[in-house]
Amino acid sequence: MKRIYLDNNATTPVHPEVLEVMLPFYRDFFGNPSSVHWAGREVSGAIEKAREQVAALINAAPAEIVFISCGSEGDNHAIKGTAEALRDKGNHIITTTVEHPAVLETCKGLEKKGFNITYLPVDRDGMLNLAELEKAITDQTILISVMWANNETGNIYPINEIGAIAAKYGIRFHTDAVQAVGKLPVDVQKAGVHLLVLSGHKIGAPKGVGALYIKRGTRLTPLLDGGHQERGRRAGTHNVAGIVGLGKACELAGEHLVENAAHMRRLRDKLEQGILDAVPDNKLNGHPDRDRRLPNSLNISFAYIEGESLLLNLDMYGIAASSGSACTSGSLEPSHVMGAMCVEVSLAHSSTRFSLGAETTEEDIDFVLEVLPATVQRLRDMSPLYDCKKTEPCEMCETVKRI
Amino acid sequence: MYSDKVMDHFTNPRNVGEIENADGVGEVGNASCGDIMKIFLKVDENVITDVKFKTFGCGAAIATSSMVTEMAIGKTIEEALALTNQAVSEALDGLPAQKMHCSNLAADALHEAIKNYRGKSA
Ligand SMILES: Cc1ncc(COP(=O)(O)O)c(C=O)c1O
Repeated sequence: MKRIYLDNNATTPVHPEVLEVMLPFYRDFFGNPSSVHWAGREVSGAIEKAREQVAALINAAPAEIVFISCGSEGDNHAIKGTAEALRDKGNHIITTTVEHPAVLETCKGLEKKGFNITYLPVDRDGMLNLAELEKAITDQTILISVMWANNETGNIYPINEIGAIAAKYGIRFHTDAVQAVGKLPVDVQKAGVHLLVLSGHKIGAPKGVGALYIKRGTRLTPLLDGGHQERGRRAGTHNVAGIVGLGKACELAGEHLVENAAHMRRLRDKLEQGILDAVPDNKLNGHPDRDRRLPNSLNISFAYIEGESLLLNLDMYGIAASSGSACTSGSLEPSHVMGAMCVEVSLAHSSTRFSLGAETTEEDIDFVLEVLPATVQRLRDMSPLYDCKKTEPCEMCETVKRI
Repeated sequence: MYSDKVMDHFTNPRNVGEIENADGVGEVGNASCGDIMKIFLKVDENVITDVKFKTFGCGAAIATSSMVTEMAIGKTIEEALALTNQAVSEALDGLPAQKMHCSNLAADALHEAIKNYRGKSA
């Protein structure tokens, strides 16, 4: 069976060149980079090279890069570390309703510790109102945390403008750029961010490694106490091979950014237009302007059917995608991002995300377009919501709201 | 995640559709939780002679709907009322734990349809 992987926002395959540079650090170079002897020296240089590669991709200085274990750790570190370090300055944090749980749950935890959190709403396209953001600022505000791009819809947030607002009020600015890095140009200086998180496994590096950018002079309490690795900013013996892989992945992402983005964009647009044309009663989730979404992401709901059953059907064709339905989230409610956008609840349960990668081919997209319309129709023919002769407005039209 | 039996009923669901002039119709679930099951019955001399279903929901919801139709056909009303959600999931060799309460409603839908039938014939 063909295998078509359209779930690159969940994770990406390790790039062969990345694996190649990692292998020696499992086979031969086992040293602890903090050691002074030959075994340590053999690997410490590789860590510093990776630091330069990561820094170059986001226009930072190598000393501003801290290696971490995953994106979630970075978001926790940035937010909790700021809350603790700036506690004497205030107790208010501004974020959004569409953040990844790594940010949302961290903020909810801080609420229990006496912090006030503003969760900015989004409109039906999933976008923020920057005037509202500015209005939310108080003399207690110590942090603004807004993701660079959303993992479910692909929506891109106006980071440079938000950075300018943060600078105007002298407030620290954190961005979760896990989905943006490698798909968009990311420049920490232009954006005016103090903290930025990226994750290896979303950009062709392995799972278990990421990076936190900490702008020079930013006071941040460490998340892990322990040894003096990473200049006291992150304790724990380095994941050497993972870090080397992350460095290579960042180098490749920078080299191929423009061509990869153009390739994914062309195929995403073909998939999007093809589905919109071939499957009636659909709803695009996210900004309708394709320029304002990541070049690889498409999120679409198919009325009358539920997302998990569609994913299972697609999986039988070898097509891997993901869904915002409750059944795939492990909770009873559909995606909080769909809820924040006021997507009608049954449509939220059917939201389906296709996220392309640099390896996606034209044949992959053609095959999805070939099998998807009939698959949706088959499920619709089974659905009591489809073609129901009821005319009175039914209770199905409520919207989900969570935060 | 799902047993072979669940996948079999999901890919080849039995008795999908509606029954015109059904003797009983029952519906359970709602769109908020992502599952709606609708069951249609034909009853002859207290015996269920035909059952059809329409379901909006995940793989487990579709498979349990399909299974309950197979289990109910040929049973008396009393026997059908004794069918439990638990029995349906056991007939499918079990469901993942997180599906047990949200998508395992097929027997409830059947019972609703029987209630509707009894209301009509009373
Ligand atoms: C926007 C965003 N933030 C954070 C994360 C968490 O990253 P990780 O899986 O590396 O912890 C993800 C990954 O799903 C993400 O998409």
